[in-house]
Order: sequence, then C-alpha cells, then structure tokens
Amino acid sequence: MNEIIESVKNLSIGFNSQKGKQISILRNVSTNIKKGETVGIVGESGSGKSTLALAMMGYIKQGLFPLKGECIFKSEDLLKMSSRQLEKIRGRKIAMIPQNAGQALTPNLKIGYQIDEALKLHTNLNKTERDKKISELLNKVRLPSPETMAFRYPHELSGGQQQRVAVAMALAGKPDLLLLDEPTTGLDVTTQAHVLELLRFIAKDTGTSMIYVSHDLGAIAQVSDRIVVMYAGEIVLEGPARKILKEPIHPYTYGLLKSIPKLSLAGLPASMPGSQPQPGSINEGCSFYDRCNLATDNCKKNSPDLEHIKELDTNVRCFNYKELINQNNNLQTSITKKSNNSEANEVLKLKDVSISYAKQKFFDQLLNKISDQNPTVKDINIDIKKGETIALVGESGSGKSTILKSIAGLLKTKDGQIKFENDRILSSDLKMRNPNDLRAIQLIFQNPDESLNPNHTVEQILSQPLKLYFNLSGEELKKNIIGLLKKVRLGEFYMSRYPRQLSGGEKQRVAVARAFAAKPDIILCDEVTSALDVSVQAAVLNLLQQLKEDLGTTYVFVSHDLAVVRAISDRVAVLYQGRLCEIGPSQNVYKFPSHPYTEVLLGAVLEPDPDIKPKLVAEDIVEEKPPEKGCSFQGRCPRKIGDICNSEVPPWQIGENGNAIRCHINIKELASLQQ
Amino acid sequence: MLLLILKRIGLGLITLFIVSLITFVGVEVLPGDACTTYLEREAYGAALDACIKRLGLDVPAYERYLDWASNVIRGDFGYSLSGEMPINEVLGPRVKNSLVLASVSILIGIPLAIVLGIITALWRDKLPDIMISTITIFSMTIPEFISATLLILIVAIWLGWLPGIVIIPSDATFYELLSNIILPVVAISMIMTAHMARMVRSSVIQVMASDYVQMAILKGVPYWKMVFRHVLPNALLPAINVVALTIAWLLGGVVVTEVVFNYPGLGRLVIESISNRDLPVVQALAIILASIYVGINLIADLMTLMLNPRLKSLQIRK
Ligand SMILES: Nc1ncnc2c1ncn2[C@@H]1O[C@H](COP(=O)(O)OP(=O)(O)O)[C@@H](O)[C@H]1O
Ligand code: SF4
Ligand code: SF4
Ligand SMILES: [Mg+2]
Repeated sequence: MNEIIESVKNLSIGFNSQKGKQISILRNVSTNIKKGETVGIVGESGSGKSTLALAMMGYIKQGLFPLKGECIFKSEDLLKMSSRQLEKIRGRKIAMIPQNAGQALTPNLKIGYQIDEALKLHTNLNKTERDKKISELLNKVRLPSPETMAFRYPHELSGGQQQRVAVAMALAGKPDLLLLDEPTTGLDVTTQAHVLELLRFIAKDTGTSMIYVSHDLGAIAQVSDRIVVMYAGEIVLEGPARKILKEPIHPYTYGLLKSIPKLSLAGLPASMPGSQPQPGSINEGCSFYDRCNLATDNCKKNSPDLEHIKELDTNVRCFNYKELINQNNNLQTSITKKSNNSEANEVLKLKDVSISYAKQKFFDQLLNKISDQNPTVKDINIDIKKGETIALVGESGSGKSTILKSIAGLLKTKDGQIKFENDRILSSDLKMRNPNDLRAIQLIFQNPDESLNPNHTVEQILSQPLKLYFNLSGEELKKNIIGLLKKVRLGEFYMSRYPRQLSGGEKQRVAVARAFAAKPDIILCDEVTSALDVSVQAAVLNLLQQLKEDLGTTYVFVSHDLAVVRAISDRVAVLYQGRLCEIGPSQNVYKFPSHPYTEVLLGAVLEPDPDIKPKLVAEDIVEEKPPEKGCSFQGRCPRKIGDICNSEVPPWQIGENGNAIRCHINIKELASLQQ
Repeated sequence: MLLLILKRIGLGLITLFIVSLITFVGVEVLPGDACTTYLEREAYGAALDACIKRLGLDVPAYERYLDWASNVIRGDFGYSLSGEMPINEVLGPRVKNSLVLASVSILIGIPLAIVLGIITALWRDKLPDIMISTITIFSMTIPEFISATLLILIVAIWLGWLPGIVIIPSDATFYELLSNIILPVVAISMIMTAHMARMVRSSVIQVMASDYVQMAILKGVPYWKMVFRHVLPNALLPAINVVALTIAWLLGGVVVTEVVFNYPGLGRLVIESISNRDLPVVQALAIILASIYVGINLIADLMTLMLNPRLKSLQIRK
C-alpha cells in the first residue's frame, strides 16, 4: 500500500517574460503519490495546480518549460522522455480526465470511436472484444442505453454525460494513475455529486491512484485521502484530508475554509483581504504575506520552508503555524447580517408571470401574442419587499436567468404582469419603459469579462450611467466616480485601468459599482459570484451586503449554489423547470419539511467536510423541457406518490413557519418522511 | 434537410432574379440606348430606326425584360452589338478559357495551399514555418499586376522560356492553351495560395490549441494519427467557404491577370464589353457571374452542413 507511483521532486516550471526575464509559475514543488491513494490538489485559479497536474503526465503547455526538477514515474523521469516514450505511458499508465469534457471530446468523432481509439492503443483486444468492452465501460460509468450511446456525437450528450464518457475513455487503458482536472466544475450540483460518487466507486473498485485537482474544497473533501494546498505556485500545506479540513494550520488554508459559505451556517462567510500575487511579482519573503493576519516582520524578509511536522503527519510552509493549532472551533463561525425590516413595502411584484422562448408564428406576430401551451417559465407569483434579498435557486435550465431578463425588460413576458412601486405595471417591452424605471432596475452579470467593455477604462465604464441618468460632467462626474470606487473598496488609481488589468474580483467590483452608479432601487444579480474564487466570492458577498445595509437596495439574487444563497438571502424561491416549488424565509427553506426538489438539492451540496457525504436521492437526468401537465418535478421526484403527480398541478401548502411548498404530499406527512 | 436545400436553392434563384432586374434597370436608365451607343454619330434617321426595330427597342421596357428573361432561361442571351453575333458564341470560348485557367489554378493552388498551411501550423515558429510564411506574406502583399509584369519580364523576356503574352485565338484548343497558361496560373496561384495557406494555418493552430487535441495527446494518440483524425477535419471545415469564394472569384475571371497576359477569358470580356458599351453582353455577363457565385456558395454551404455533425443533427432533429 505504501508503494510510491509517482514522485515529483523540486519541480519548477516557468516562462520567459517579454522582457526576457524567467518567471516561474511553479516553484520547488515536491510530492509523492502512493498506490491506491487519492490526492486532492486545491488552490485558487492561477495557483499552478493544473500546470502541476499536467507535468505529472509529462505534458508542459505551449509557452512553458521546466526550469528544474523531475517527475519520476516508475523510476523514469517523464520530463526527459521522448514523445514516442510518452505515447506509451499516456492513456495506458497515466490517464487524464479533463476539466471540460464538452470541449475535450473531439466534435467530429463519435463517442464510441473515441473510446475505441484508446482501447486500440492500449489493449490487444480484437474488434468484437473491443465493442463489448466499449459497452462495458459505458455501463460502468452508468450511462443510459450504452449500446446506442456509442453512436452519438459529443454534442448530443448533456454535460454530466460527457464527463462520464471522459471517465470511460480514461479507464479504457486500465491506468495506474488517473489525473482529474476540475472534473466536476461547471456541472449542476446534483450531477456533480453523482460524478464524484462514481469516481469514488471507481477508485475503490479498480484500486487506481487518483490526483484530483480542484478549486472547490467541497469536492476535494469528498474524494481525497490526502490534500495538497497550493498558493502562488508553491505547496503551502500538505497532509491527511481530515487534518487539513478540520484543523488547517496554514493561515491561507484557514482563511480559505472560513470563506466558504456552509449550509449549516446562516450569515456571511469571513473574507480574506487582497488576492493572490501574479507570477513574477513575488520577490522575497512569504508569498502570502500581504493577506496574512499572522504575518510578522520575519515573514516579510524570509520565505518559510515546507516543514514536516511529525505528530500531525503534515507539511506546512509558515513560520507561525503553531498559533493555528487548536483554533479549529473558530472555523464554524460567520458574520451575522442585519435582517431587513419585514414591515417594509413591496417594490416589485411578479403576478402570474409566464415566459416563452417559442418562436412566434406568423399570425401571432400580427396579433402580437405568444401561443405556447408549455412555456419555459410559468405561473410565477412573487412579491418582493423593499430592502429584501430574495434568491432564486435551481439547476441550470430552471429559468432563473429567464425571469431576471424579463424583470429587466430584456425578454417579453407571455402572460402576467410585473409591477413596480405602488402596483404600477412595467411594460414588458424595454423600449416602452420610462427612463426612470430603467434607472431603477439594474443588472449584474455572472461574467464581468463579458459585461465590461475591454476597450473602456474603469472611468469610462462608470461614467456612462452617471452621464446617462444624471447628466453629470466635469468635476462632479469625477467626484462621483471616485465615490463609487470607494464604495466598492477600490482606490482612485483604478480609474485609468482597463478591465484586462484587473483581477476577477476587481472586475466584479467594477461591475457592482456600475450597477450602483444608477442609484437603483432593485439590483438583479445573475450568478455574480459563480466565476470567482471562494475567497473573492466571500469578499463580493460581504460587499453586496454592506452596500445594501447602507443604501437600502433590494436584490434579486440568482444562484445555483445553495450555500451562497443561504449566506446572502432573506428569502428563497426554489425553481424547477421554470415552475416555483417552494418559497419562504431562508432559515425555513433550509429546514424540513421541504419540497422534494429542495430536498434533492440540499442533499447534493458538497460541504468541505469529509464527514458530511452528499445524499443522492434522485437521478441526475437532464429534462429537455417541462412536463405538459401535473407537477414540474414528476420526472425525477424520489417521493412521487402516483398518477396525481402526473395529471394535476400540486396545490400550495403553507408550513408552520411561513414557507410555502407546492406538492401533493401533505406538508405534515412530508415533515415526518424527511425526519 | 431536403427542405433546407430547397429553401437555399429558392433563395439563390431570388438573388439571381434581383441581379437580373438590377442590371436590366441599370442599363435602361443609362442615357442613350444600345442603338445610340452603337451607331454613335450616325444615330439618326433611318439607320437608327432600323437598329431600334432590329433590337426590338420600340416595345415597352417590361415586355423587353420578360422577353429577355425567358430567353435567358432557355439559354439564349441574344445578340452582341459589336460583333453582331449571338452572345452565346461570344461567351462559349471565353467560358471555356476561364474554366481552363480556373481549374488548373484550383488543382494546383488549393492542395498546395492546404499542404503549406498545415506545414506552417505544425512547425509553427520553426524553420519551415518561417520560410514559407515569409514567402506567402510577401506574395500576398505584392499586387497582381506587379507580380504578373515581373513574371513576364523575368521568365518571358529575360529568360525567354515561355511566351509572355497569350497570343492564341479565343477558340484555341485545350492543348494550345495549356502551354500558354503557365505564367497566368503562376501569377494567380501566388496570391490565392498565399491567402488560403495563411487561413488554413491559423485555423489549424487554433484547433491544435483546443482542449480536445490536448486530450488526444494525453490519451496517447500518436502524433500523425491525432493530426489526421482530430485536427484536420475540424480545422478544414471552416476553410470550405473560403475555398468556395476563391473558386467563384477565379471562374468569374481574374480581370487584372487576364488583361496583363492578354488572356481571352471572362474577366477580359467584362472589360472589353464595358469599354465597347456592348450592353447585351454586359447583361449576360452579370447573370452568369452571379449564377457562379450563387451556385458555388450553395454547394459550399451544403458541404459544410453534411460534414459538420453538429449542424447535421441539429437539422435532422428540427
Ligand atoms: N435564447 C433562448 N432561446 C431558447 N431557449 C432558451 C434561451 N435561453 C434559455 N433558454 C431555455 O430556457 C430554459 C431556462 O434557461 P435559463 O433561464 O438560462 O436558466 P438558468 O438561469 O436557471 O440556468 C432552459 O431550458 C434553456 O434551454
Ligand atoms: S509565514 Fe508569515 S506571512 Fe507567511 S503564512 Fe506564515 S504567518 Fe503568514
Ligand atoms: S407533487 Fe408529486 S411529483 Fe411533485 S414534488 Fe410532490 S410528490 Fe413529487
Ligand atoms: Mg443562468
């Protein structure tokens, strides 16, 4: 069991900067992978985890080159092998499961061919044996109807299915070591939990060693025996999974764990200041110095070595780690947030709103109506109070963004009304809305890279709404821009920067500032933290909360992440296939009784705790469109009671503490079932 | 799928109809008509009347359009003014000549472009790429008339290896043509191949950097197999449309080259008939060139549709 499969020794990888300087993005990394063991490599984006994982297959991305060190696999250095030798090892001894299977499967080749290719290369089976093996593999990764699956093209599968195909392909050569680079990132929560469960099963079943790379400590916690934490190209902490997650003794890991929102905790997670240094900007001292609250003068001048602590079986790179031993109780705390005043008036009402993407037929166009019996979003009734944060949760395709777009006026509603302030009906056509209504409702998008014009400076970006809505100019305009930047905790010098000169978190702050420039009453947030690293996510969540407490803004917050929603929202609405399932105050939605779909979602949440395993109660099927009649969740519901679910739309039932559930099962019965 | 093809063909026909209308109306609104242009100073009295009668200019415009259009559909473009012979007889040899020039250039140029593009992409920033890329960029930047003239100067005049100017009758046989077209083909291929090779290069480079190629490498697929199965089909797909446009451009006559080499193809006919104010020929040429563009683009789109599994299943499902 203690046989070492691959060992990385003092590996540094870097590139030549335009000024001809050598810049390293991996610095002096050493670690060992043992037989049958799953090692999790965790770190924020840019910490060098993928570079390390790829180097462990002897693959160095274009533009990079190894500076020193070696990757020894079965007593040979992969970095010194010819491509002929590597071809013999890749796929057969070490196989890779890529980050985004959708992009990692060749689009013009059928699934079966791509698996067969691996089989042909790495086994001696003949054609019929290989065909049998292909369906065996597809079956093993639990894909439906493996016989026909082989004849499909990659784009004909859902994201989770593509990921399973990638796993099957990797298993084809019976590798000794499997490398997984963010294999579940981008998948829906339930799919993610299913894929992780599959990987755990495969590790146990085949005895393969795995290296699991992810930014998500929740996913890492579910699969890893050992965890390696990377920061700015270095290993800062390494040890048994349980130790790392429960008693982290490096300030970065400690802060990282604290910045993850947890289901069990109401309130906002603590954030770490600053962001990871860019490669090349680390001169001397500890690379975490700027963000560390235990830092001393010593840390500024000297860089700590990776020190082995025998009694904890852990390696740590920190001078002051002893201060963190036995601090673990503090991990389970969060920042309490001020709740809103529940007496406040309603600012926004959605009444019987239905939205359809169906193409208008010619006659309907003439009559300006949409005839679609089964619209994407149907019968949405939500009243939103002033100063409240209401969250819309659901998997992708549940219609969250669709509803936001309709509120913003970007998408026409089919039926129903959207009422703003004192029951005034907002036109569903953007052009018909008056300028003040346009100002009052602002949108922040998931990806600031796409929503900020790359050719405009921050000053130009922020001046647009100020000019448009308030006609500001000259000194006054500038004063307002500086004021806005200050609100989102950015200095004045950011004014002349372009988006590409900002980090992900800074960009999202600029996007937040732009939304607030309009002095809006309502801000619609579409997955605003999904593209951010957890420590940055915590900072943005805290910022949004602070601004709301100061300015009394109302948020409609869309997210697929139930823990984030728990942290920020006052009220939660759960959506499935464009239909509401449950709505109520957050603390109640996270307690039973819950709608069966909420129950499924809650069960699939990955907590950064090896003792909390996800509960997989429903299949991770992807439904193309909502059912024609009956309950929207009938296709996947684990508690389905019978034909009534297929034929009749379930009634709303109000629970004791005010959350409303839409299910045919009596709410009291549901409570006892879910105990 | 069938519906889609029919739809595209229909659209093509509508385009042609509009082109024919525009050229007809354009000719109509020009000051003077075919007879005044043709007879010039003798355009009066009996001669003019006779001409108008002969060309049928005395009937209303829409009738003449219908008449002309129905003849065109039957493949009859009427009479040219200058030669006073059927346009079909004028066009026939020209079309053949252009076809010969185009197909020889295509047969040599396109495979060459693809091979060069692939080589430069696979050996990116290495010696083969640097050498080929320098040459392609160089020949892309020199205008045709300069490279054509230089070719004549060097190969024909200094070295005296080949005739510089095509001095064949417009109805020359294929073999007579072949010896004469070497220089024009070289001149055309230089520019065309260069453009296409650059495009293929960037397309291959883009695909080589994709996740699925990285995945194929990490799967252990041998290099050349990866290139042929995973890279080229995906990299060359977008090239189909560019190839189609190039073919259409070639068939439509490469005006400058034809003029410099005095080559009797469609391109030169365009120049000649415009300067002779031979309006019926101009009309006929407009329709023929438009048909070539429409037809070839249609074929290219259909090919893309057949070869791209993504579009294919999208269409079938609909
Ligand atoms: N532009 C569009 N045209 C047609 N269907 C769309 C379009 N945008 C989204 N949809 C469909 O509408 C449903 C809801 O999508 P969306 O609102 O984006 O969900 P979410 O934001 O919850 O992921 C999905 O089934 C999606 O496929
Ligand atoms: S060495 Fe100093 S700065 Fe670095 S992590 Fe430890 S305490 Fe913080
Ligand atoms: S109504 Fe039926 S299908 Fe729908 S959630 Fe309740 S039990 Fe499940
Ligand atoms: Mg969305």
